[in-house]
Amino acid sequence: MNMIDNALGVHAQALGLRSKRMEVLSRNIANADTPHFKAKDVDFASVLKQSREASLNTTNNLHLSIPMDENPGGEKYRVPFNASFDGNTVEMNVEQAKFGQVAADYQATLNILENRVSGIRRALRGD
Amino acid sequence: MSLDRIFNIAGSALNAQTTRMNTTASNLANAGTVSGNEGEAFRAKRAMFKTILEQQQKPHEQGYAGGVRIEKLTDDPAPIRKMSDPGNPMADKDGYVYLANVNEMTEMVEMMAAARSYQNNIEVVNTTRQMLMRTIDIIKT
Repeated sequence: MNMIDNALGVHAQALGLRSKRMEVLSRNIANADTPHFKAKDVDFASVLKQSREASLNTTNNLHLSIPMDENPGGEKYRVPFNASFDGNTVEMNVEQAKFGQVAADYQATLNILENRVSGIRRALRGD
Repeated sequence: MSLDRIFNIAGSALNAQTTRMNTTASNLANAGTVSGNEGEAFRAKRAMFKTILEQQQKPHEQGYAGGVRIEKLTDDPAPIRKMSDPGNPMADKDGYVYLANVNEMTEMVEMMAAARSYQNNIEVVNTTRQMLMRTIDIIKT
């Protein structure tokens, strides 16, 4: 199992993170007309870095483990280009662009995973 | 899994936008109504949107956190106009009838905005579905 995990590398985590980011963006799009809704986004690089770092090792029960981040989802509020009348910070064009970008990123990660999986499959089959 | 939560979120938005479209249709249909006193005159309805928060989920909204729901319908505060029309059987003793406070232009704009938001969410559902299918394809062959 560990071997397969190693073969997939960071891409398995990346795929999960990308789908998480898509969820956040779809939340923004769904709430495009909700007054006072604040658009959010995921900082992909920092969350991925954080998910790869091991937490601090505790060798004694009395040791305090340091929490990695108070905001594990890594969601941050977006700064809108223009202010709106009802306090909503969703800008539909920005959201559409980001959503398209994340969809492409997801497919790229998926392609890499596909190659890895077919490589493993070929190795197992031995042909 | 995040991808199938997207369907719930976009679905709740589709639902909310349909309700908004419905209110607009009702407002437009009642634009020409008159009544005999100010209290009974038709007032345009507005749908108020609210985010479904994790902490405030109702039992039937499980898994819909981050989506949107219609909080309530409010009356448009625009004043009711009265018009002198003594021949109208609805007229009060001074010969006035009270018109609905529907502004057709506002309603048309509202309708277009609702349709655009609906399309956006449909697009989200389509993209997500394609990606889910591609992810499933890894297992095949």
